[in-house]
Amino acid sequence: MIDYLRAPSGIRSWLGSIDHKRIALMYLVAVTIALVLGGAFAMLMRTKLLISGPGIMQPLTYNRLFTWHGVTMVFMFMIPAIPAVFGNFMLPIMVGAKDLAFPRINLASFYVYCAGAALALWGMIHGGADTGWTFYSPYSTASPTDVAPIAIAIFILGVSSIMTGLNFIATTHMLRVKGMRWMDLPLFVWAIYATSVIQVIATPVLGLSVTLVAMDHALHMGMFDPTLGGDPVLFQHLFWFYSHPAVYIMILPAMGVITELAPTFARKNVLSYKAIAFSSLGIAFVGFLTWGHHMFVAGISQLDAAIFGVMSMFVAIFSAIKVFTWLGTLYKGSIALTAPMLYFFTFIYLFAFGGMTGIAVATTSLDVHWHDTYFVIAHFHFIMIGGTLTAFLAAIHYWFPKMFGRMYPEKWAVLSAVGVFVGFNLTFVPQFLLGNAGMPRRYYSYPDRYHVLNVCSTLGAYLLGSVMVFTLAYLIVALFKGKRATANPWGSRGFEWRVPSPPPTENFEAPLDLRLGCYEYDRE
Amino acid sequence: MSSQYESIARQHATARVGMWLFLGSESMLFAGLLALFAAYRISYPVAFYEAAKHANLVLGTINTYVLLTSSLTVALALHATELGKRRASVAWLLVSIALGATFDVLKIVEYAQHVGEGFSFGHYYTSTLLPTPAVLYFTLYYALTGLHALHVTAGIVVLIWLALKVRRGDFTPASHVAFENGALYWHLVDLVWIFLWPLLYLLR
Repeated sequence: MIDYLRAPSGIRSWLGSIDHKRIALMYLVAVTIALVLGGAFAMLMRTKLLISGPGIMQPLTYNRLFTWHGVTMVFMFMIPAIPAVFGNFMLPIMVGAKDLAFPRINLASFYVYCAGAALALWGMIHGGADTGWTFYSPYSTASPTDVAPIAIAIFILGVSSIMTGLNFIATTHMLRVKGMRWMDLPLFVWAIYATSVIQVIATPVLGLSVTLVAMDHALHMGMFDPTLGGDPVLFQHLFWFYSHPAVYIMILPAMGVITELAPTFARKNVLSYKAIAFSSLGIAFVGFLTWGHHMFVAGISQLDAAIFGVMSMFVAIFSAIKVFTWLGTLYKGSIALTAPMLYFFTFIYLFAFGGMTGIAVATTSLDVHWHDTYFVIAHFHFIMIGGTLTAFLAAIHYWFPKMFGRMYPEKWAVLSAVGVFVGFNLTFVPQFLLGNAGMPRRYYSYPDRYHVLNVCSTLGAYLLGSVMVFTLAYLIVALFKGKRATANPWGSRGFEWRVPSPPPTENFEAPLDLRLGCYEYDRE
Repeated sequence: MSSQYESIARQHATARVGMWLFLGSESMLFAGLLALFAAYRISYPVAFYEAAKHANLVLGTINTYVLLTSSLTVALALHATELGKRRASVAWLLVSIALGATFDVLKIVEYAQHVGEGFSFGHYYTSTLLPTPAVLYFTLYYALTGLHALHVTAGIVVLIWLALKVRRGDFTPASHVAFENGALYWHLVDLVWIFLWPLLYLLR
């Protein structure tokens, strides 16, 4: 059977393809471009921060850079990265389906994403938005830069995200192969499912809030304008109602990837399948009730703050359940230390740090000290890079043989995994210290006492950036020169490893055989 | 039938699931704006109370009847297709489209009247009749009814598309899931208005 990569070729057969695997690859190209772009913005910012005072750029340029970095990384890379690439590719195969429920909506979602990304880029070239990715009013409605194009672009990117989520939910409910029960699903599917629920429910509220900001700025609608009686804090409520759950849109799929790695490389059934599956849903649910912890100092009542703080800690319980089940899965396993597994350990370490500092900033009294400092920056980069990007890298290595039918170079990948770990820690550990010492986020300059740590952080960022370029380079080489992969190079029981590498267009030569579960390593 | 489905019935059931998910998502769009309305109304009860007296209750109420009737005629059109009566189905759809268009036209008349009285939105609001926060009532009025009118207009496009499909004979009594989904969308648009009418016109 001919595989999906070689089946009808030519540019048109790709751009107009409704095959979920080809769309996943198109998404992979798109989000990689976004990652490179967002990374470049970060490098420029870190370069500026090498020295205090005026340097290579104007303050306004710096403000734009952190806005563009945030917008690009959050809406163009982090949100779609794992769901739209690996979810798209793996979810139908994992449920034993030939495609997603709505293949044309899937393709449309890609072009909507492209349209949104194009508008955002146009807005950036046009010199727009210096508000930070959070678009807080009243600054965002008064900013001298052009806020509307980028805000509208975020709305469009949100539409794409909703289309993807809707497709995944419908597919999981309606297209499971005959005989597959919910408890037979691979845990990656549970994670993507939980993510999709958030995407469908929360994203419209983001779309609404950024559109209102765009209209306030461009049309003087004054919805949040205090001079007309408007309340800027209401904007924060609407914004975080999406943007906090959005954190779980970013981390839940990453957790799904990590969950797949443990049984494969430890050759053991996952410890407590149900605990992992339901903790994903638990995070998705509780995640809707925690948004106020971003607003402790924005003038919400003490009671509200206390409730939001406690709700936030529930997320930690579910996350801890996951960490312990992952480690429990490894216990007495026969662990293969491949590159994806190195990313696995990196993830556990960094996620634990990011999670625990999350508890710290969800504590109202402590947050007053750390709010709006580099401590918060370091905290969420530990989750977003240490968690999501690490899992993204783990996923691209783990599924590379399946997606492209070739192996990646293991030695280089190990080198790169170590580089990511060192580079990441060098970048963000100093930022914890800076934040604790009082350096505020989003500032263009700083007093001399912060100099050494800022230089450390910048050097770490350069290392991390170089490692990412190196990774991209060897993966591109491996696409063409890599050793041919077998159907199941890892000896995994996962459903996706039972189809050829790369899979044929219709995924399955014969219907998926469910007699051996996807985590059953204790029998042949 | 697409190849990933085991039966056409399954495909149709999935299309319905997809539509309900979409409607759920759409509801959240309005829910966000309604939450904003609730927050501001609680903050400024008197200003909102006074401002609502300037809403055009007559046109708003006529529009309520127009839209509710259009939901009925869409349901009748769907029923006609289920019975295989194509011409009746097209006719009911045309009535629904006309009612939808009537709604939009009356809405424009209302907007024109408000703008003429100085009750515009945000910084274009010029009236001095009411206490300051009343401008928020009008900003929200335009945002809510404007978003809703956009949905009505999109719904009209859907109904036109359905009418063309019915006329071409694309639907059979057994297979017309696109029609069902289009009708569901129209009912959602209707349902949203059921919330807007009391909030914007009757709380006075």
